[in-house]
Amino acid sequence: MAKLRQCAIYGKGGIGKSTTTQNLVAALAESGKKVMIVGCDPKADSTRLILHSKAQTTVMHLAAEAGSVEDLELEDVLSVGFGGIKCVESGGPEPGVGCAGRGVITAINFLEEEGAYDEDLDFVFYDVLGDVVCGGFAMPIRENKAQEIYIVCSGEMMAMYAANNIAKGIVKYANSGSVRLAGLICNSRNTDREDELIMALASRLGTTMIHFVPRDNAVQHAEIRRMTMVEYDPKHKQSDEYRQLANKIVNNTNFVIPTPIEMEELEDLLMEFGIMEAEDESIVGQTAAELAA
Amino acid sequence: MTTLSREETDALIAEVLEVYPEKAQKDRAKHLATNDQTVEQSKKCITSNRKSLPGVMTIRGCAYAGSKGVVWGPIKDMIHISHGPVGCGQYSRAGRRNYYVGTTGIDTFGTMNFTSDFQEKDIVFGGDKKLAKLIEEVEQLFPLHKGISVQSECPIGLIGDDIESVSKKAAAAIDKPVVPVRCEGFRGVSQSLGHHIANDAIRDWVLDKRDGAAFESTPYDVAIIGDYNIGGDAWATRILLEEMGLRVVAQWSGDGTIAEMMNTPKVKLNLLHCYRSMNYISRHMEEKYGIPYLEYNFFGPTKIIESLRKIAAFFDDSVKEKTEAVIARYKPMMDEIIAKYKPRLQGKKVMLYVGGLRPRHVIGAYEDLGMEVIGTGYEFGHNDDYDRTIKEMGDATLLYDDVTGFELEEFVKRLKPDMVGSGIKEKYIFQKMGIPLRQMHSWDYSGPYHGYDGFAIFARDMDIALSNPTFKNLTPPWKKVAAEEVKKAA
Repeated sequence: MAKLRQCAIYGKGGIGKSTTTQNLVAALAESGKKVMIVGCDPKADSTRLILHSKAQTTVMHLAAEAGSVEDLELEDVLSVGFGGIKCVESGGPEPGVGCAGRGVITAINFLEEEGAYDEDLDFVFYDVLGDVVCGGFAMPIRENKAQEIYIVCSGEMMAMYAANNIAKGIVKYANSGSVRLAGLICNSRNTDREDELIMALASRLGTTMIHFVPRDNAVQHAEIRRMTMVEYDPKHKQSDEYRQLANKIVNNTNFVIPTPIEMEELEDLLMEFGIMEAEDESIVGQTAAELAA
Repeated sequence: MTTLSREETDALIAEVLEVYPEKAQKDRAKHLATNDQTVEQSKKCITSNRKSLPGVMTIRGCAYAGSKGVVWGPIKDMIHISHGPVGCGQYSRAGRRNYYVGTTGIDTFGTMNFTSDFQEKDIVFGGDKKLAKLIEEVEQLFPLHKGISVQSECPIGLIGDDIESVSKKAAAAIDKPVVPVRCEGFRGVSQSLGHHIANDAIRDWVLDKRDGAAFESTPYDVAIIGDYNIGGDAWATRILLEEMGLRVVAQWSGDGTIAEMMNTPKVKLNLLHCYRSMNYISRHMEEKYGIPYLEYNFFGPTKIIESLRKIAAFFDDSVKEKTEAVIARYKPMMDEIIAKYKPRLQGKKVMLYVGGLRPRHVIGAYEDLGMEVIGTGYEFGHNDDYDRTIKEMGDATLLYDDVTGFELEEFVKRLKPDMVGSGIKEKYIFQKMGIPLRQMHSWDYSGPYHGYDGFAIFARDMDIALSNPTFKNLTPPWKKVAAEEVKKAA
């Protein structure tokens, strides 16, 4: 049996990480792979398309009810959905209280101790909150956890900033462990020359754009029904896109320590593609009144 | 004569510093000084209140220790909640010997530990609800408590719990003061910031609560500030003040109550013993209420007499007369003590390393017994402490700030004091080196040491340590034989 591959999906908030992850995982499961998704976001929306549920009951929520995480059993927190995909949500507090990062750490430690990573699994996917704001959200890429990182991005400026920042975070852990950047997944927003731009960014980061997922409303149609494309409409061309992505990930061997670029270099790249205009240094710090004068 | 000259002391400091790597050497050099009584501002010779270097075995505490352990803890009729995981509160429980009168668990709570006992889920989901619940339970189980303080442990600051809003709500619900204190241990470089934070919390949440309320004043109202009643110190102090004709309205905070704190703005004079931990609130009362504060020292008859007269000078002739009567009355008792112990202790040398006020305040008491302090230093002092120390210490004596384990051991080896006055962490190291040590934080489970009554005990304790025959018998028999053979051969 092949060795378990652990992958983490990062990317700017709202870019479509959870949607992409679930559609991709559904395609992997369809091809016979045994997969687990671990949602690492207090919002707990990483498994709803697999389980057809609103939000899965989370590890931290159950732990709080039971008293402590030691009082839980694996089957309490693990649900099985489409294609035999195992689903876990770490969960966490509502916005503005407590420590969501600690929730991720606690949940992942619990899964390890309880043997959730059993030998039958081919893949584990961690779907992580948009910004790696603290150590807790870096938990999935620490030693002996995810070794492949995929960054979901689009041709929008902020999404690319975020991708570059995440690459910086990976460098820190890559130098001390075995975590590697495995590629960018472009979740298209239909911006101009988006594929070329992301390919250019990927090459600067030392990696590749592993797949360009075109924009298609069918994904939203599936999502309204809390389903993935592969389950909702397996014959749709968008389902094939996710199958292609899945296949590329299965065969991916291009794992690198990323080479994040300086802010100036990134801005040059954005200017080259006409996404950003050259800054006019002469107006920096000038008020409207001063400019009018 | 083991006292060193200025050059020798300078050379000793340089020699001890030599083992450090360059950067540490540079840093530690600023914290070590040869005392020069001509210096007016200590900042010219010594640096203090800076971050300790990793690896030097500092004995400092944290902000939580300064707030909960020192300032708030002794307020006996309040319940002090150690908010966070269980250890901070449990391992500091009842450790400081702040004596108090009351029925523990009924109307006083000094030696008990109250904690929110944080678990994983409280870190992840926040502890505000648990704190609210805890206060509710405290009110049900201990209805005679007079208020609550919430002493923040580290995680509270990390996860951003809103203890202020919980405290406000709870205070309204139970109609008693609930004081949130942001004394997370990681704040500041030592317990010193915890004292300041605790003082500020008293200022903001307690002190003005009876402003404007009726109070039967007398011209002789004073408050004892910065006496933690260790081994009964504040009681030995209070007796003298009352014999002088003064009325002690409040004790901060040894054997103190929250009502006393609220009444303190009505006094005529604040008497400040531990300057380090309570100068902040004393200054505040001076600014806001126009109450002057006076630093005094009740260790040993010389300093006591000096302080009594300084305090009396603030009041009318009736107090001054009574003060002279007090001094006269205790004189024979003091003479008797000195006559008894001085012959045995005369000329003995002491090195001190303590916190708060003692590195300078006890010098006079040793001198009354004919002893000499040849080195002293503060765990968490600031430069205003050293300003006050330079004149108390002999010329060319050694000053060491936040001294490291290595430095103190080397200094003691070289200066060969007859005794060391420090804490539990030092006690057995120096005793095993054959040097008597008295703990000067806890009075070595003895006390009180303040006031005339305290001096009697202090003198006895120093004598039993110094005259203990054990230290003459430190060489085991097999080594004695070897030593004698060497002597014979020579």
